[in-house]
Amino acid sequence: MAIEIEQPSSVELSKVAVSETHGENSPYFAGWKAYDEDPYHESNNPSGVIQMGLAENQVSFDLLEEYSEQHSEAFTWGKGAPGFRENALFQDYHGLQSFREAMASFMEQIRGGRAKFDPDRVVLTAGATAANELLTFILADPGDALLVPTPYYPGFDRDLRWRTGVKIVPIHCDSSNNFQITPQALEAAYKEAEAMNTKVRGVLITNPSNPLGATIQRSVLEEILDFVTRKNIHLVSDEIYSGSAFSSSEFISIAEILESRKYKNSERIHIVYSLSKDLGLPGFRVGTIYSYNDKVVTTARRMSSFTLISSQTQHLLASMLSNKKFTENYIKTNRERLRKRYEMIIKGLKNAGIECLKGNAGLFCWMNLSPLLEEQTREGELVLWDSMLHEVKLNISPGSSCHCSEPGWFRVCFANMSEQTLEIALKRIHDFMQQRERQRKPISSQ
Amino acid sequence: MKLLSRKATCNSHGQNSSYFLGWLEYENNPYDEVKNPKGIIQMGLAENQLSFDLLESWLAKNPDAAGFKKDGQSIFRELALFQDYHGLPAFKQALVDFMSEIRGNKVTFDPSNLVLTAGATSANETLVFCLAEPGEAFLLPTPYYPGFDRDLKWRTGVEIVPIQCTSSNGFQITETALEEAYQLAQKRNLKVKGVLVTNPSNPLGTTMSHTELNLLVNFISAKNIHLISDEIYSGTVFSSPGFISIMEILKERSFEDTEVWNRVHIVYSLSKDLGLPGFRVGAIYSNDDMVVAAATKMSSFGLVSSQTQYLLSAMLSDKKFTKNYISENQKRLKQRHKKLVSGLEKAGISCLKSNAGLFCWVDMRHLLSSNTFEAEIELWKKIVYDVKLNISPGSSCHCTEPGWFRVCFANMSEETLKLSMQRLKAFVDSTTKTNHQSIENSRRKSLPKWVFRLSFDDRETVHGER
Repeated sequence: MAIEIEQPSSVELSKVAVSETHGENSPYFAGWKAYDEDPYHESNNPSGVIQMGLAENQVSFDLLEEYSEQHSEAFTWGKGAPGFRENALFQDYHGLQSFREAMASFMEQIRGGRAKFDPDRVVLTAGATAANELLTFILADPGDALLVPTPYYPGFDRDLRWRTGVKIVPIHCDSSNNFQITPQALEAAYKEAEAMNTKVRGVLITNPSNPLGATIQRSVLEEILDFVTRKNIHLVSDEIYSGSAFSSSEFISIAEILESRKYKNSERIHIVYSLSKDLGLPGFRVGTIYSYNDKVVTTARRMSSFTLISSQTQHLLASMLSNKKFTENYIKTNRERLRKRYEMIIKGLKNAGIECLKGNAGLFCWMNLSPLLEEQTREGELVLWDSMLHEVKLNISPGSSCHCSEPGWFRVCFANMSEQTLEIALKRIHDFMQQRERQRKPISSQ
Repeated sequence: MKLLSRKATCNSHGQNSSYFLGWLEYENNPYDEVKNPKGIIQMGLAENQLSFDLLESWLAKNPDAAGFKKDGQSIFRELALFQDYHGLPAFKQALVDFMSEIRGNKVTFDPSNLVLTAGATSANETLVFCLAEPGEAFLLPTPYYPGFDRDLKWRTGVEIVPIQCTSSNGFQITETALEEAYQLAQKRNLKVKGVLVTNPSNPLGTTMSHTELNLLVNFISAKNIHLISDEIYSGTVFSSPGFISIMEILKERSFEDTEVWNRVHIVYSLSKDLGLPGFRVGAIYSNDDMVVAAATKMSSFGLVSSQTQYLLSAMLSDKKFTKNYISENQKRLKQRHKKLVSGLEKAGISCLKSNAGLFCWVDMRHLLSSNTFEAEIELWKKIVYDVKLNISPGSSCHCTEPGWFRVCFANMSEETLKLSMQRLKAFVDSTTKTNHQSIENSRRKSLPKWVFRLSFDDRETVHGER
């Protein structure tokens, strides 16, 4: 029996493996941990932490469940499972033709038919997380940069940078103009990259925006398009919340702008989509890249080998999304329900004396708590966030985790819980604000 | 403009290799018993189609699993929302139990050391991302699966340095070969981070011997590097000497709680054993907590669909089913393997003695016009375009000796396999005949026309027929 002599130093893992670039030690994720340890439950744990940091869409499941009851063949490959073996063997990175067609059609419906999508340009990936990383691998080399407007989804720090070695240079946006992207901000970000000797390969926008919960205006999209064309760089438009715009007409996709420009200079444009938000199916891992660049489509397809969608899931969703009656009703109903939820939370927050950015899309609102900060600093924001988490028992996402340049803003999700739970969350906020008011009075009366 | 990254414009995806070109040819002219009986028979795809009926009958008896029901209740909502990269606990438990069962329960696995990924393709890439920097290297015994050139190198920037194996000893790994590979890496200024082996081997179809496994453990121990054991064919071992997992060796040598224990990682998948490549179910198993932690986070880029996790957790937790499946599947593979081997024998072709996998490593050296890779490709093209069989040339697997081919046997019906062997025999017979041109000129009239179209000059005509 060999007796192993301990080596003095263990063989190292890669830098990527040990780096913190996965970002999981940030408050964004710390809040989740606190929730996991003490989750709210109506009857079992009514004083637990209410999760308002998770952008899930739970308002329209009944529609999906109803569909599944009426169309069991999509789930079981039909009686006697005749399509089973073909489906089980299908690992072609082109993806199921019927599914790509259904996806393209669904994306068109969401945009009210104002843009057309070619199924042959649809590349399938296991979620938008994979799609964004994949595009970054294709569009940029290690050490290069993507410009991303702040505030942005905290996950981008991992998705765009971790394994790719690509940098994010922020395009600073602020409340002076409702956090809209300006040509000045674009130029400033580009110059900042240049000053660091970093090559900018593209701009990545999320439209509708996470965490703002607002669509990007047409004029801004035109400016961004002009900017990337002038600089000869790419534009990635992450449109995963497109189906969550409360009114169809208020969302303008980059695809529409391209159509109006007759697809001139469109080889630099790429759209990311997913069913995780609009359909509420994050577990199924369905993402897509839609690119107007042939080489990107070909390369992305090959790279998607690392992140294919389960053929079982493609089969199910091909059936569901090609059912026009179902999708039309779903899109319409889902928008309406999200709008109602949004109005409910805005009203509740207003009653508590809290203002939010005017939003028109998404599963969250962008709340302004800067009046409550002891110090108008990131530290001050984190102190408040900590109170919200441990005293008010609400997990909300601090703006600093979204790289917001102004302290005091928070993203608050409203679609991942029942209406009753939302009422309770609003009451807790209300009580918290009242308590704060009461605490102020003694000081001001001195 | 639209400059793309170096990764996008390089050829490291490997798709211009003959391995993939053969597939393209097949796709343009696929054999079909009824619609295209003269088409190309696909023998280059390592799929397991022999045991679908077992899966189908399980599905018929257990409709709830695919129907998102648990104990009669719909769990659609829970599954739709489940995106935890730790994976569905019931599925991970079922999977480690299955892995254990395949190894005759000689080793057990802890589900918390298992990371789920969208296929072994993703698992292998993820592990390399975790273990090596761009520019560093992994040693791989040749011949190896062509896909590794993409999976291990493309986005990771890591290099592969071959451990040359030869037919002199059945392509087994030797200490000399390991050392030479290591030296070669050093000469190329490449830091070696580990060895990656496939056991059972693709394309050899053989299990690694006790000796080889021990050699590997000694080697990685001495060099202070990692070992990745890709065991995706572990359930396809159909005859002796039987499968020995690297974990068994470590256990035998009481390596638990040593440094080496933490440097051995296993890759698994359900694509080969269960024949479910479309479902994208792969896994990394590691005893190193840091590797598990990093790989888990990385799996965000390739999670397994919760719908699929649920279906398979139900299936693999059915121990009656798994027991029967494992043994029946092995039986069928054994029979099929025998049919291929005897078919080849009739054509005067031998292959490496094998006991696993979905393919044979076939020796066609005697059919080469010269002992070169050019001659191998020449022969391969004849087989693809004229004999209409898509098989994989050894050069695409980085084999050092020309003349070897990987021929798959489990991705078609028995009749089709029979036909492929008939075609091959006819080809070999005619080659032997045309090699003795001075004899039997008159007999040529009785041979089919295509037999004469063996030179490249006639390629145009062949293409025109498609």
